[in-house]
Amino acid sequence: MKGKTAILEGSRAVAEAVRACRPDVISVYPITPQTHILEDLARFVSSGKLKSQFVRADSEFSAASIVYGASAAGARAYTASASQGLLLMNEVIYAMASTRLPVVLTAVNRAISAPITIQPDHQDTMSLRDTGALQIHVESMQEAYDAHVQSFRIAEDPDVQLPLMVCMDGWVISHSYEPVTVFPDEAVAEFAGSFTPVQKLDPSNPLTYGAYADQDVLMEYRYAMMIAQEKAKDKIRSVTKEYREVFGNFDGDLLDTHCTEEAEVVLVAMGSMVSTIRAAVDELRSEGRKVGLIKVRTFRPFPRDEIIAACGKAPVVAVLDKSLSVNSGGILATEVKSAFYGGSSQPVIVPFIAGLGGKEVNRRVIKEIVDIASRAAEKQGAQETVWMGLDRSFFS
Amino acid sequence: MTIQTEVKELHAPGHRACPGCGCAIAVKLILRETGPNTIVVSPTGCLETFTSPFRGSSWEVPWIHSLFENAPAIATGVLAGLNSKGNVDGTKVVAIGGDGGTYDIGMGALSGMFERKDDILYICYDNEAYMNTGIQGSSATPLGAGTTTTPVVGDSFGKMVSKKDLLAIALAHDVPYVGTASIANPADLKKKVRKGMDNPGPAFILMLSPCNLGWGFEPEDTVELARKAISTGLFPIVEFENGRLVSAQKIKPVPVEEYLKPQKRYQHLYKKENFNEVLKAIQEKADRNIEKYDLAKDRN
Repeated sequence: MKGKTAILEGSRAVAEAVRACRPDVISVYPITPQTHILEDLARFVSSGKLKSQFVRADSEFSAASIVYGASAAGARAYTASASQGLLLMNEVIYAMASTRLPVVLTAVNRAISAPITIQPDHQDTMSLRDTGALQIHVESMQEAYDAHVQSFRIAEDPDVQLPLMVCMDGWVISHSYEPVTVFPDEAVAEFAGSFTPVQKLDPSNPLTYGAYADQDVLMEYRYAMMIAQEKAKDKIRSVTKEYREVFGNFDGDLLDTHCTEEAEVVLVAMGSMVSTIRAAVDELRSEGRKVGLIKVRTFRPFPRDEIIAACGKAPVVAVLDKSLSVNSGGILATEVKSAFYGGSSQPVIVPFIAGLGGKEVNRRVIKEIVDIASRAAEKQGAQETVWMGLDRSFFS
Repeated sequence: MTIQTEVKELHAPGHRACPGCGCAIAVKLILRETGPNTIVVSPTGCLETFTSPFRGSSWEVPWIHSLFENAPAIATGVLAGLNSKGNVDGTKVVAIGGDGGTYDIGMGALSGMFERKDDILYICYDNEAYMNTGIQGSSATPLGAGTTTTPVVGDSFGKMVSKKDLLAIALAHDVPYVGTASIANPADLKKKVRKGMDNPGPAFILMLSPCNLGWGFEPEDTVELARKAISTGLFPIVEFENGRLVSAQKIKPVPVEEYLKPQKRYQHLYKKENFNEVLKAIQEKADRNIEKYDLAKDRN
């Protein structure tokens, strides 16, 4: 299908996608750098381009609760937040996932205080890692658009029924402009379909939501989400495949690879940093260095088997993290190591903290990472976490 | 004489409330008035715990509990969800929460719901402490009441400051229908629930809900204590429409002692001479209410 390509701000690309998916209820609370999305949506609703119930909230906690209630009432519901706002939503997202309410949420990644900063990293969404919500990271404005168009169908599928977070780096994606191909609203609406809840709050069939359970069923609820996330893998694959067929040239799955064939060092990363890595990998390849890239698109469900397969026989895997579990290390790195544990192939996995709090990660930094990772291969056993750009004079 | 026409209680018997629970009595009355075309939202609290054991719900209407601090926002969301499909059946959304979830942790969400003018009836059953967790003080705990976190030790006489004026807070939001109600006056309670449901926009009903465990009295005295709260002037039964006082239940005032003395949470006030000031302050509070709302029956 032919779309219209225009220079769009990342936030606008998201708003275009969300509008076309026709959510019944939108509830939002402002936080930088997510505000442009909700401002665009507010204008769409006020001008009649979008017939959603648009509810201002008194906090992110309430915004998440409002879409929670709306979803329980059988409505397609959407919200967006960032950073501290996502942390404030955390308690709600846990209950939302376990109550199996398929809300779509745009998470504009921003670091967590203190010190307060509005720069991007992944600490906010990582703090919601264990909620049960699905997390899809995007690399570009176009991907942000594509992922949102796909999101409602994935979340609302009867086999899935989980909240879905589309994670996109603040500023780099939310506030930057690049060409984005947007498809006609009608075609997107047809693709996105409408929400048919398995059950809802309905006086003709009165159900109790949020019952008190104790030891009887909580473990079973959690296990059910494990199954649903595994099923979400198939759903994500089928929806992205169908998206490719209907709209063309979309390149996305649980993960994407670049130049991983016979790579000696494979870099693993998520989000906007992937574009920088891809450029660096191309330069290194042209210099004859065997370097490859794995972009983790779905952090939840986590593509364990796919990562192992994509790493192939690479002796060294370098994982770049924009988040940290203090006294443990980069969170993506921990997950990658866990995926390999007990398997037949065991590459040397080198964890890097890069871009925390918005610290610059450019091609030079990526090349440095490749050099460090290559050298690390000579050392056997567990690898120390390498902190890129850490200002050690700060501690003297 | 009124004829009971309901054949099925929408708040079914067999729930786990303590014998003599004021809230349980209230909820039965409330649902008799709302009827089945209602979705009820509750925050975490006694009501949630005693009505919703998994596979044993006592709710015969759709009911949703999510968390402690978000019942007003959940209610807004449910309403928005209904409205997004036109709400052709005219289903009403009613939130029923305790004082912890309303006065304290849910205050921000409640303020948001009021300010947006969402068409929701919010009823607070105020038992004046965190009873579900074991009688800890809340901002609804009144002056002089002993709880586990406002303990009576030495010179401490329980709650050292007065309770939050939630009615004034609701009125400050221009909530179009605001009232107080009591299980001691079921007809008035039901009338107010009806008015709150029919009123377009938010409605708020504050209901004092005696708790025999938390207040320390015999279960059979629940309604009597609710009645004494009214007749002392400590809990005036009033009603505001668009900010204007439209009704106030007349009383023949009795001293606050008649309400305080039967309750263990106030016993200490009668055992130490220097706590007399506290008793005086409580009586003054009742007197101020009587004057403010002109509650005393004409003597002629």
